[in-house]
Amino acid sequence: MTSKFKVMVVDLGNNKSSLKYFDTRREWIGGSGLAAGLFSHFGLPGEDAFHPDQPLILAIGPLTGYFPLMSKTILGFMSPYNNQYAESHGGGRSALALKFAGYDALIVRGKAEKPTCIGLGSREVHIQDVHFLKGMDIFKTGKKMRNLKPTNPGHRSILRIGPAGENLVRYACVNVDTYRHFGRMGSGAVMGAKNLKGIILSGDSHVDLDPDISKEYNKVYKDIYTTVVQSGAMRKYHDLGTPENILPLNELQALPWRNMQSTYDENAGGVSGEKFGQDQLLRQVACAGCPVGCIHIGLLRERFGEEHEYLYRQVSYDYEPIFGMGTMLGVDTAPGVLTLLEDVEKTGLDAISAGVALAWATEALQKNVITREHTLTDLEFGNIQAYREALNHLTRQSNEFYRALAQGTLEAAKKYGGEDFACVLGQEMAGYATGENYFVSQALGFRHSHLDTGAYGLDQEQDSRDIDKAIKYMQDQEDYRVLMCSMAGCLFARKAYPKENILRALNSLGYDYTLEELDACVEKIKHHRWALKFRTGFKPEDVKIPSRFKEITTWKGKTDPEYMDRLKSKYQEVLREMASTHEKRQGENQ
Amino acid sequence: MKVLRTPNMERCIGCYSCSLACARNVYKSLSWKRAGIQIRSSGGISTGFEARICLACDPAACAEACPTEALRQRPGGGVFFKEKRCINCAECSRACPVGAIYFDPVKETPVLCLHCGRCVSYCPHECLEMVDTAKENK
Repeated sequence: MTSKFKVMVVDLGNNKSSLKYFDTRREWIGGSGLAAGLFSHFGLPGEDAFHPDQPLILAIGPLTGYFPLMSKTILGFMSPYNNQYAESHGGGRSALALKFAGYDALIVRGKAEKPTCIGLGSREVHIQDVHFLKGMDIFKTGKKMRNLKPTNPGHRSILRIGPAGENLVRYACVNVDTYRHFGRMGSGAVMGAKNLKGIILSGDSHVDLDPDISKEYNKVYKDIYTTVVQSGAMRKYHDLGTPENILPLNELQALPWRNMQSTYDENAGGVSGEKFGQDQLLRQVACAGCPVGCIHIGLLRERFGEEHEYLYRQVSYDYEPIFGMGTMLGVDTAPGVLTLLEDVEKTGLDAISAGVALAWATEALQKNVITREHTLTDLEFGNIQAYREALNHLTRQSNEFYRALAQGTLEAAKKYGGEDFACVLGQEMAGYATGENYFVSQALGFRHSHLDTGAYGLDQEQDSRDIDKAIKYMQDQEDYRVLMCSMAGCLFARKAYPKENILRALNSLGYDYTLEELDACVEKIKHHRWALKFRTGFKPEDVKIPSRFKEITTWKGKTDPEYMDRLKSKYQEVLREMASTHEKRQGENQ
Repeated sequence: MKVLRTPNMERCIGCYSCSLACARNVYKSLSWKRAGIQIRSSGGISTGFEARICLACDPAACAEACPTEALRQRPGGGVFFKEKRCINCAECSRACPVGAIYFDPVKETPVLCLHCGRCVSYCPHECLEMVDTAKENK
């Protein structure tokens, strides 16, 4: 409980690294809390996201590697999408690799002169010139990076960006181990701005288990592991995976289609989890340390010659990417979705934002808000070839229109018109047209993510248009999620990790929190995160919910704009209060 | 005697639960490396996973190479390891024809599968199995 956070700081400006220690383990806990703490220390709140010295922070938690599904890494950074402090969470092998490399966090500062790759192990730091990877796609880059240091095959994590990140598309992602991502809010562009093409984390070391805690730790481990694999609590994530939500949400009239011109389509069966499972699923894989295996890999067979000549691609799919590259673009076949997902993966774009951006562009073209001279291709819902070309233009920013679109859908809409039908809630929407609570939650949420409060769940309850109930729901959910993300655990593991189990796990490792102490720490972390977001320019009043969200129909009928406005006003107050609580506490402590 | 086999590695999802169980229960560590069973992708995750474990040779090249009998032949295949006899020479690791002995650079002792089977129950896809070698080839 007394050990300090061990943080490696790599400065690409002078090619030097330094170890830093922070005696704040009890307060910051880890993951989200650690990232926020480190951003407070290293971040430049008043500067642009692309300022060379803005830190890129990778942080893991106290349970990482010790317990199943504690498999996430929290990336804290200034988002180039909105110039505010942001978090993005990724899995793969990244968390265990960082843990077994012996660090609680890695921070990258400075800007390299040439494309560079950082290699980090327990006894090595390499800052490697990789100018030969410039412009290379995600898959080729991954393959080439396997030849770089540290060499530790199978026990490394390989993070990299594609051309979208290099070209500073504001919603470029960071790819982790081919099939996972730090997907949202543009961390890929931050790496691009640093000339940081990739990071290799080598899990080459170990932690000796304290014999005094082994007995209790092993018992708690076994209990949680058994819950995960035998209770069925997580079966759905392995079985059809998150795409099992396609049909139910479509039936609820809550699945956005064609730039959310509709919330239902009779062809949803063509991109359902069942369809993918039956026709495309090649296999499932897992993040390191997770026995669930929720990563679904689809097989895409492609004829490339007149004779029977085929190649095959392995493309990961999930609910959100199917929404982004499928329903939102009117693509209603599974191979069609995988074709676009393969392209979006290669280039390193966030599949959700890219899909929503192109969906808006398609409608804007339909409505003559823009012309083909802008889009350079005949964008049309369902036209896969046109979207393949558009993804390329977006990545390359082929003209002024795509340069604007690469800043974000709303940025382009402000310039060309069509704000009313830009499906943007803080950032491009995630695939839940469930109703007012969700729209407000994503618009104002800390990560502008469906995972901030899970308010799409509340929308599906009866009597969900209740301000007090909604605020309480969002607050309770956020409390738990900040706790889980401070463990750097996977949010799919919620059923295996009720708060009591998290406390048991922490206690078994010697972290002697009481429930009340843990709650108090999480509360402070939550406030701290909000303070950082406000400090870096968040003005909830300025976040607009475009008209499209007020016009749609779900199974509950028409959206209620008046309720949505009242909820947004109230939630703004709550968020301001949380941020100011932190600032007051800081003031008192100084 | 039974030995650990990996008959269904095609089912492996790369969760490392087996490795982590071995490290935790046998080598009292939290580690990918201090584990008698090591899971690796062979050329990236898209190519699937292989398990690097002791293949239970009989005679075992590592035992023959060990100058101090810290490693001794185990009936039915594989070896027994007595740490107090080990002089940290790493000959065993060099002798293993399939690279299944990790020589721990900190403790300077070999890390290898002892065919105890404690990893088996942690595999969520029954990739692993304990097999009686006497019956295996019948």
